[in-house]
Amino acid sequence: MSALQLDAITCRFTARGGMHVAVENASVVVGEGEFVSLVGPTGCGKSTLLNAAAGLRRPDAGTVRVFGQPLSGRNEHAGYLFQGEALLPWRNARDNVAFGLDLRRTAPDASRAKADDWLKRVGLTGHGDKYPHELSGGMRKRVALAQTLIVGPKILLMDEPFSALDVQTRVLMENELLALWQQDRKSVLFVTHDLEEAIALSDRVVVLGAGPASRPVGEFAIDLPRPRDVAEVRLTPGFLDLHRRIWECLREQVMKAHHDGLKADA
Amino acid sequence: MRNGRLLWVAQAALLVGMFVLWHVLTRTEVLPPFFFGEPLVVLDRIREWFVTGSIYPHLGVTLLETAMAFVIGTAGGLAVGLWLGLSDTAARLLDPYIKAFNAMPRVILAPIFAVWFGLGMASKVLLGVTLVFFIVFFSVFHGVREVNPTVLANARMLGATRSQLLRHVYLPSATAWVFASLHSAVGMAFVGAVIGEYLGSARGVGYLILQAEGVFDINTVFAGVLVLTLFALALDKLVTIAERRLLRWRPSRDGQSSQ
Repeated sequence: MSALQLDAITCRFTARGGMHVAVENASVVVGEGEFVSLVGPTGCGKSTLLNAAAGLRRPDAGTVRVFGQPLSGRNEHAGYLFQGEALLPWRNARDNVAFGLDLRRTAPDASRAKADDWLKRVGLTGHGDKYPHELSGGMRKRVALAQTLIVGPKILLMDEPFSALDVQTRVLMENELLALWQQDRKSVLFVTHDLEEAIALSDRVVVLGAGPASRPVGEFAIDLPRPRDVAEVRLTPGFLDLHRRIWECLREQVMKAHHDGLKADA
Repeated sequence: MRNGRLLWVAQAALLVGMFVLWHVLTRTEVLPPFFFGEPLVVLDRIREWFVTGSIYPHLGVTLLETAMAFVIGTAGGLAVGLWLGLSDTAARLLDPYIKAFNAMPRVILAPIFAVWFGLGMASKVLLGVTLVFFIVFFSVFHGVREVNPTVLANARMLGATRSQLLRHVYLPSATAWVFASLHSAVGMAFVGAVIGEYLGSARGVGYLILQAEGVFDINTVFAGVLVLTLFALALDKLVTIAERRLLRWRPSRDGQSSQ
């Protein structure tokens, strides 16, 4: 049984001057313990699909299945790592990590102890008392990661979580994400526009076509051995070969999106 | 820190300078003292009030009215602001009425309140509430719409129910907007209390001022105004202290967030 199954999903938006179809008839499957990346040109509806999987957005057609059950409302098995700043600015790092436990009415002593443990696991021991604005971008991402993982989701949804970080921090975070994932192998749906990141992290890469009305146009199994170091794996022949093959598929979509964008601007 | 002290000294010098100018102008009768008062007499009047204690019952009443108007108006503005900010239907239904109430010169209501609630404290408090309420209300109402949607979605994904969102996301956000408006609200609470007293009462600093005006005792009028100003400043300072404690999580205004 697959952990997450997006079946013939269609999402429409009402935009200026009429209806905009973001994704149409798109199907994506994430197996149990599988790390799947969605790549595609900007504006192809990657985030829309992810929000449908999270239950934050109800698709206009098609069904989302979570461990076989049709999803209605919020996806309770899923944790979501957002692209933007998602931490509560009025809670310090420790209280932010414990937030999900507070919502479940866990006793404060227990939740704070667990939060400290998670801060340690993401390398932030001793930063628990700092407020988000006192932390660097990379540290805030670590807090967000701990906040998401502490409630024990079986599925992890990620929307370009590291795109705002500088390159070095990003590589560090990717490695730590892989190390954490290696421990209990959650099912992951990872959205990115960075093909290298997608290949380095994933078991499978799904290429989404250019919007509007986009859908998956290609799927590639990534058979690189694990555990991986995301910086080193990029230099292996296997990686370069996969990169070339997937890029051939992706380039067409990127060019299409680019031309449509130019037309829209004119 | 040194800069802060220098500024403080400069501000104090400015105050002293204005009093000296006032003193010189009235002493040389460039400005007739009968209409402009005399600062030494004004200060002496204030000293006498506090030494004999005759001001305390009046000051107590005015401060209590102000504090009640401030607390009730703020709580009401916060509650209604959150409610209308979160309920689109209610907001659209009530929109013209809120605009109308806000546009109305509410000081005009003072005599009506006096008729309804008598010449006691209630009518003054109510006038203050109508002034404070709208300042806080608009600030919260607009703030609710600007809650970071990512923070909201994140809380929802972590399992927050509707009431938990209100408690853990909307309310803490609202605190920041409330404080933004509280400094003007403090002044308005005083306006409500004093205007109310001025238009009809048997006690309060506004009443003292009215009495003095009746006998053309301009010095006492100025003394009353000065005392009120000092206490408004003190209340404003209290708001600032509360703000610093409650909004510790906010980046300081100099933008010196680390890293």
